[in-house]
Amino acid sequence: MSTKTESKGLQKWAETNIWALVLMTAIVVSIGGIVEIVPLFYMKNTFEHNKYPEIVWDGIGKRPLSEWKPGDGIRPNRPLEVAGRDVYIREGCYLCHSQMIRPFRDEKERYGHYSLASESMFDHPFQWGSKRTGPDLARVGGKYSDMWHRKHMRAPRSVVPESVMPNYPWLDENMVDPEEIEANMRGLAMVGVPYVEADFAAALEETKGKTEMDAIVAYLQVLGTMVKLDDRKAYRE
Amino acid sequence: MDATAEQKYNLDVVRWFAVMAVVYLVVGASVGVYIASELAWPVLNFDSPYLSFGRLRPVHTNAVIFAFGGCTLMATAFYSVQRTCGVRLWSNKMAWFTFWGWNLVIVLAVITLPLGLTQSKEYAELEWPIDILIAVVWVSYMFNFVMTIANRKSSHIYVSNWFFLSMMIMITYLHVVNSLAIPVSLFKSYSIFAGVQDAMIQWWWGHNAVGFYLTAGFLGIMYYFLPKQANRPVYSYRLSVIHFWALSFGYVWLGAHHLQYTALPDWTGSLGAAISLAMIIPSWGGALNGMMTLSGAWDKLRTDYVLRFMIMSLAFYAMSTFEGPVMSIKTVNALSHYTDWTVGHVHSGALGWVAMIGIGALYHLITRCFHTEMYSVKLINLHFWAATIGTVIYVVSMWVSGIMQGLMWRAYDDYGTLAYTFAESVEAMHPYYAMRAVGGAIFLFGTVVMLYNIIMTVRQSMAEGRVEQARTASLATA
Repeated sequence: MSTKTESKGLQKWAETNIWALVLMTAIVVSIGGIVEIVPLFYMKNTFEHNKYPEIVWDGIGKRPLSEWKPGDGIRPNRPLEVAGRDVYIREGCYLCHSQMIRPFRDEKERYGHYSLASESMFDHPFQWGSKRTGPDLARVGGKYSDMWHRKHMRAPRSVVPESVMPNYPWLDENMVDPEEIEANMRGLAMVGVPYVEADFAAALEETKGKTEMDAIVAYLQVLGTMVKLDDRKAYRE
Repeated sequence: MDATAEQKYNLDVVRWFAVMAVVYLVVGASVGVYIASELAWPVLNFDSPYLSFGRLRPVHTNAVIFAFGGCTLMATAFYSVQRTCGVRLWSNKMAWFTFWGWNLVIVLAVITLPLGLTQSKEYAELEWPIDILIAVVWVSYMFNFVMTIANRKSSHIYVSNWFFLSMMIMITYLHVVNSLAIPVSLFKSYSIFAGVQDAMIQWWWGHNAVGFYLTAGFLGIMYYFLPKQANRPVYSYRLSVIHFWALSFGYVWLGAHHLQYTALPDWTGSLGAAISLAMIIPSWGGALNGMMTLSGAWDKLRTDYVLRFMIMSLAFYAMSTFEGPVMSIKTVNALSHYTDWTVGHVHSGALGWVAMIGIGALYHLITRCFHTEMYSVKLINLHFWAATIGTVIYVVSMWVSGIMQGLMWRAYDDYGTLAYTFAESVEAMHPYYAMRAVGGAIFLFGTVVMLYNIIMTVRQSMAEGRVEQARTASLATA
């Protein structure tokens, strides 16, 4: 077809040798990702707790999660919350709800303090979301009663008439399988969530006889409540 | 009838990929219209887990991106690589493995996603066993493509093949890294990455699924099929060289612009936004290169409906590659992020650019591969208008709803308190969600017309034994 100009140098090499084209393309397309991703794994200022260690619970990896008290700081999810988070993922909640509050005045008033990177450091995979068909949930914990959440999950429009959320009646019927949750927590430990042995034992206890509704409510109620952030501190530049 | 091509190349696998692409376009668009309707009329969720929005939305995205997009890319790449290199596929068997493997992936996706088996990474939801299958099938596609080029008779590698190749390499990187996970059971795994790093890796994947799969790959289609359909050489060779290297280098950086003002460090988002702005130049260069290919032959648009699809797709390409960088500017992003504006932007690219260039190429390819004319040219024209009008209604309704959402969320009353509750913003979206469903339905109608037209064309070709004649014709007379 059109070859109005004769190629020269590297371009000619790439155009006439498929292996040269493969090699050059493979290098060119890898640069941007490396520059943007790799530093996030070693730059200290990526996580706020490197500067403000008090936002993380000091018992992490040492003491069982049952010893954690509200306000003690960021910690991994407890067994029932893990089960709830699995339901959250399965039902695709992240497609309509974000968990990432931006540092704007209106978002502070509507949702609370802006989200920190440290708050989702145990989230495998992350649940920041990309769309708010429904409101942000990063700090929804404690804003509504458990009863409200149950009614809302069963029939959202019974409590919020304008809502377009689906009904989730099956969450009341499905039971949480304690052994599955224990296995899932061991999987999370393999990818780096610092559980201690007692937490796995607790999984069997704490999720026994619970429904998926109990689990999702437990998960929603803990969101954003692990740490009390101080408005006077600049956690992020 | 092109008996030379039939006997010289492997067209069977191309025919199958092409027809399946059209089938999946109808399926993917149908699910899209359904879930759009769920947002307008939530009763359509029917209290069923398998029909709920959260589970069906990945079915829609996977069906249009991987089923329609994938089959289109495989049909067009396998077709054009043979024609531009003057040789048959390196391995016909491997091409069939790619075909059956890819279709198996699609079937597994349609089964597992409504069951709620998901890794929860957008456009990469499929669980780990399917991810492994995808990787194997994808590499077979790439390997066959590269080896076919290695066998070529021509001295230079044609520009469309550069773009296809760049897409294949980058998607391999992205798919493998983003899907790294530890399995806890056959259908459940947890990403090895967490929080901020996982977010960056996901959007490195997410934006480059758009940038490479849906842009570089479909530019490969544009660079082969547009000049062929118009019967003109590509406008500027030099521009295509710049377009290729700038796009391959630059697109990779853009993912970070999805995470502005989040807990991702500011430097990363700003870097992503800066490169996003610079990307206007190669993108518009490419669009210009495509459109100017018609210079001196613009009159063809009056009679050639397939060419209309291609030129309209370039207009949408130019528009969405302008809109994208604008949305990555921090002040604009502060308003647009989390709103329907993003959904509108994606669909002006996906319906306007990806689907239209793909549709144009498929019409071209099907007549060439089935050795016959289209059953009805009028129906192509009907499809063109349904696709264009449907896309415009969709995009405009999402622009309005997106900007309105953004403004309502940040509005204050005279007393300095938030003017609207979130629920009020949801209520205000209803007319636009209904309008979006209507736009989508019009687009869907067009795809059904296309499927009918293609089925009738294939039947016509089969009834007349066109492929068989081409296969057995003596080349001296052909």
